[in-house]
Amino acid sequence: MARSKQSGELIERLFAGDRLAAARLITLVENETDKHHEIMRQIYPRTGQALIVGITGSGGVGKSSLTNHLIKKFRDQGKTVGVVVVDPSSPFSGGAFLGDRIRLQRHTQDDGVYIRSLASRGYLGGLSRATNDVIRIMEAMGREVIIVETLGAGQDEIDVIHIAQTCLLVMTPGMGDDIQAMKAGIMEIADIIVINKADLDGTDICIRHIEAILSIGSFKEGDWVPKVIPTISVASKSENLRGIDELMDAIAEHQNYLRVTEAFEKVKFERIEQELGLIFKDELQKLVFKGLKGTGKKKKYIENIMSGNGDPYSVVDEILRTYILQGSDEI
Amino acid sequence: MVPPKKIKVLITKVGLDGHDRGAKVVSSLLREAGMEVIYLGMYQSPEGIVKAAIDEDVDVLGISFLSGEHLVFTPKIVSEMQKNQLDDVLLIAGGTFPAEDIPTMEKMGIDKVFRAGTLTDTIIQFIQANVRG
Amino acid sequence: MIKQPPQRDGGPNAGFADSGQLRTNLSGLSIKTSYCDRDLADFDSARDLATPGEYPFTRGVHKEMYRRKLWTIRQLGSLDSPAKANERIRQLIDMGATGVSICLDLPTIMGRDSNDPLAEGEVGSCGGVAIDTLEDMRDLLSGIALEEISINFVSNSQSAVILAMFAAVAEERGIAWEQLTGTMQNDILKEYQAQKSYYFPPRPSMRLTMDTIRFCIQNMPRFNPISISGYHLASAGATPVQELAYTLSNGFAYVEEGIKAGLPVDSFAPRLSFFFKAHNDFFENIAKLRAARRIWARTMRESYGASDPRSWRLRAHIQTSGSSLTAQQAENNVIRVTLQALSAVLAGTQSLHTNAFDEAFSVPTPRSEKLALRTQQIIAHESGVTNTVDPLAGSYYLEALTNEMDAECRKIFKEIVALGGVLSAIEKGYYQRAIADAAFNYQREIETKRRIVVGLNAFVEDEDIEMQLREPETDFVRKKVAGLKKLKSKRDNRQVNEILKEIKTVAGGTDSLMPTLIKAVKSYATLGEIIGVMREIFGEYCENAIY
Repeated sequence: MARSKQSGELIERLFAGDRLAAARLITLVENETDKHHEIMRQIYPRTGQALIVGITGSGGVGKSSLTNHLIKKFRDQGKTVGVVVVDPSSPFSGGAFLGDRIRLQRHTQDDGVYIRSLASRGYLGGLSRATNDVIRIMEAMGREVIIVETLGAGQDEIDVIHIAQTCLLVMTPGMGDDIQAMKAGIMEIADIIVINKADLDGTDICIRHIEAILSIGSFKEGDWVPKVIPTISVASKSENLRGIDELMDAIAEHQNYLRVTEAFEKVKFERIEQELGLIFKDELQKLVFKGLKGTGKKKKYIENIMSGNGDPYSVVDEILRTYILQGSDEI
Repeated sequence: MVPPKKIKVLITKVGLDGHDRGAKVVSSLLREAGMEVIYLGMYQSPEGIVKAAIDEDVDVLGISFLSGEHLVFTPKIVSEMQKNQLDDVLLIAGGTFPAEDIPTMEKMGIDKVFRAGTLTDTIIQFIQANVRG
Repeated sequence: MIKQPPQRDGGPNAGFADSGQLRTNLSGLSIKTSYCDRDLADFDSARDLATPGEYPFTRGVHKEMYRRKLWTIRQLGSLDSPAKANERIRQLIDMGATGVSICLDLPTIMGRDSNDPLAEGEVGSCGGVAIDTLEDMRDLLSGIALEEISINFVSNSQSAVILAMFAAVAEERGIAWEQLTGTMQNDILKEYQAQKSYYFPPRPSMRLTMDTIRFCIQNMPRFNPISISGYHLASAGATPVQELAYTLSNGFAYVEEGIKAGLPVDSFAPRLSFFFKAHNDFFENIAKLRAARRIWARTMRESYGASDPRSWRLRAHIQTSGSSLTAQQAENNVIRVTLQALSAVLAGTQSLHTNAFDEAFSVPTPRSEKLALRTQQIIAHESGVTNTVDPLAGSYYLEALTNEMDAECRKIFKEIVALGGVLSAIEKGYYQRAIADAAFNYQREIETKRRIVVGLNAFVEDEDIEMQLREPETDFVRKKVAGLKKLKSKRDNRQVNEILKEIKTVAGGTDSLMPTLIKAVKSYATLGEIIGVMREIFGEYCENAIY
């Protein structure tokens, strides 16, 4: 029996926690099929209640091994977990190598863990266009904790900060990351700074350095000052692991801080604000290009500009005026 | 802009076999052809593989066999897929096995078996021609 | 789609005269149209070549080489059950093999017994023999003259246990350990780099390696406790020059471990042996081994202060390239193997394994195996290449290529040193990344027809494949598991538990594990049980996956 593609039925099953339904809905939404908006409209009321943790940091610092531990700890607490891992798409071929799942192997047989890999598909910012939607779907599925793992190699990949309530920035000592991150001000945006591979030389210096930077940061009274947690996330024997419990405590502390102060409302606001902005930008672009498609107008606009008649701003103003603002059917 | 549909592929090894050069190379070449490839790695079980295929909603599942275990694991994987109604997922296999086992494997439920040495274009063309949707 | 270069007239099966085909070898080194004396401008043949058997041994480790004694004809003699493997070994010896390689099945490789749930479907896999207990080792070696036949155990992480079993069987049969000849592969570094059948983290693995080396130099002076391998690195994708550099630097890492463990370098260096691959490029294979010998000799003498000439001599086993064999038009593989074997002989190998032509499908049949063995015998007795030592010496091309590989190799050494040494480079994923990239490039070259493989991307045919393949032994697994169960019920389980506890204690300390392991195997503790308790003490190694 082929799986039903009726989105209504899928959504019912999603609310009941069915993972096959979740998987299919994520695909429908990721591929922006015509059912996309309808699906999101229907599930949206059932979202907004999960604990969302974001993990970012350069390649090789051990994000996935930390994710592994967090999944286990949350599961030990009896919580169900959803995980979204994002990897970059090749700008040349459009393909992607989604290589994070392989590192999250310990949870393959646990039904309480649902993992989905996403390719960035040209989206900059460390996530993919669909990441927000996918998180919402996992929330509607009933997942109580959602972990979002992104590639944060540079200073531009910080979109995770708005998507997550508690954002972890992972670094390792001696890689000069602390200098880079400081330049970006990213340390003031991450809620918890994790110094992984804390058995390496230079850990103490790294921690002191970061604490020094934080101490001159512009934090006001009552602000959350990022916590610095050293960890060892990979060891051949479990007794050699370090810092995982402290990390969980820090996450809990931050979550508590959010609820006790009004910061939680602020975080919720910013999440929706970002969502709105992204969807709007996306849909607007889609609308205009859909209107222009096949008319040859885009080419004419560009050729005009090339021959010295006009400029891109005038073109956009004209399109906005005629199409969007006056409600014309044609550009 | 509505993006063209991306083909999602899961490549994996199964059991204790650790020869992964072919699986990794094919994964990279499929990526170059514009597909989104999840490489599950070594030491996977049939249940774990199919669970990952469900969660990731892949279009294609590719298994690499190099140590003679293909006739043992193929039925297990196929039955696990059937149990979970993954009939429209393309199941392909590659690696080293006696030629006479190929019809058997295909009868067991593999959509296409590619012997080691098959050029990747052949695999890509097959996937593009036979993938669902 | 993979982009193809423009086709010439004549279609895809026309000869590729120049356009599109590389003039580089497998290591990516450019090959000139022709070589002459100018290419050897500052070549000092006394310094860089010397005579065979003299430092730096470029021309060979012995003065007379094959004139005095042929290389060991060493074929693979394993099959799923110890009894069948024993039969195969005896057949090979009858056919003229002077050495034998024993491969282990996947469960044994992964440290598991035949009745382990994880072993299901894989007992006896890949033509490897399932070794669970001393009884299996006894059956495997039954009736074989261990003092005459050189046994090569293709065993790595479980080597200490296999060695213990081997020692125990010899003792039972009244053969003095000093008389035993052979090799234990026992090269854990290449596992981390390529083959991935490791269990424990590097520190305890190195400790086990040192325990086995020390045991052998004290008790089995004719047995090589380690075969530092490049073959597997090459099979995973490493180019010949990478294979050369990584293997030698692994070798030096073991030397440093031995020195750190307090062993005088000359006490163990003479027993370090090597294992390389003979892949497609004929001259590259020869240059590689000659460069290897020269670099090893110089480094051992000048950097490690070895003063015994036997420490300077690099002895090698070579296997023809399994990864070059095609399933398409499999008979072509006979030619490939012949050329690769010839290059290994001209390179001066001490021991040679030739693949059977049907190995792209399955474990060889007695017939294809015989052909592989005869290949070596024909080279040895009919071709005349053994009449003189290092016959290609002085060739402009070969000497220039040897020099170039030597230089490229040293560049890679510098990279590894800059990363903090071999173990540190492993941690950082250096080998895994370089090897995966090389594998990918190689495949891309084949896909774009810049590298031709006959029958695969050129001269392709539709074939009716009719091959006689080896029949697997029926019912083997059931019998093996039943036998194991019976043995476990007959042995003294209290004694076994005591010994397993003792292993844990010794593993937690610094004494050699070998005496305890020998005791353990004699009491019929299984391989899986022994590895299991070691895992508890040593932990398990988790790799950062690298592509």
